[in-house]
Amino acid sequence: MDLAFAVVSWACIMGGLFFMIVGSVGVLRMPDVFTRLHAAGMTDTLGAGLIILGLCFQTVSGIVDGETSYWFVLIRLVLVDAFLTFTSPISTHALARAAIAGGVEPWTKEEAEGA
Amino acid sequence: MDDRVILRIGAKILIPFILLFALYVQFHGDYGPGGGFQAGVIFAAAFVLYALVFGLGNAVKVLPPQAVYVCGALGVMIYMGVGFVTMALGGAFLDYNVLAPDPTHGQHYGILAVELGVLVTVFGVMVALFYAFAGRRRLDL
Repeated sequence: MDLAFAVVSWACIMGGLFFMIVGSVGVLRMPDVFTRLHAAGMTDTLGAGLIILGLCFQTVSGIVDGETSYWFVLIRLVLVDAFLTFTSPISTHALARAAIAGGVEPWTKEEAEGA
Repeated sequence: MDDRVILRIGAKILIPFILLFALYVQFHGDYGPGGGFQAGVIFAAAFVLYALVFGLGNAVKVLPPQAVYVCGALGVMIYMGVGFVTMALGGAFLDYNVLAPDPTHGQHYGILAVELGVLVTVFGVMVALFYAFAGRRRLDL
C-alpha cells in the first residue's frame, strides 16, 4: 500500500516538474508576450497542480499510517491548489489584456517567414 | 465595462478570502509566522485589488480617505493606549504581565492588543499611500 502511494505520488510530482521545465523553456524561447504568457500560465496551473496532487498522496499515505494531524496539511494543500487554480489564469488573462491594451501586436507566422 | 467580467468576478470571489487570510495571519501571529505588519499589508492589498479592478472612484466610496487617515492614527493610539492601561493597572509602560491575573495570559492579551494596533496603522498607511499615488494625474510629457 505504501509503495502504491509512493509510486503514484512521485509520478505526479515528476509530471509537475516536467510541466514546470517545459513552461520555463517556453518562457525563454517563445517569440512574443502572448505565447510566453501561455507557457508561464501552464507552469502555475498544471505544474504546481500536479506537484500539489503528488504531495496530497504523500499526506494521504501518512493518514493511512495513523498520522491524524496530516489531515490539516491535506486541507491546506487542497486550499492552496484551489486558489492557484483561480488566481493564475485570472492574472494571465489580466496580463494578456494589458498587453493588448498597450498595443502589442500578436506574433504571426508570416512575420516569422518574412524575417 | 462588461468585457472585464473575468477580472470582476475573480476579484469578487477572492477579496473576502484575502481579508480572511489577513485576519488569520494576524491572530496566528503568536504561534506561527505572521503578525500585525504582514496582516496589515495583506488587508490593504485586498482594497488595492478592489481599486484596481473596480476603479479608484468606487474604492474611495467604500473606504473614504478620511477613514484611512483615521485608521493610521487610531492604530498608534491603540498601541499607546495599551501602554497607558498597563501603567494604570500598576505596571510599567507596556508591561503586559498586569493585564490578567496570570502573567502568561497577560502577555498573550497584551501582544494581541498591540498587534491589533499595528494592523490598523499599517493598513491605514498602505491604503493612504496607494490613494496618494493612484490619485495623481498622469503627466503629459
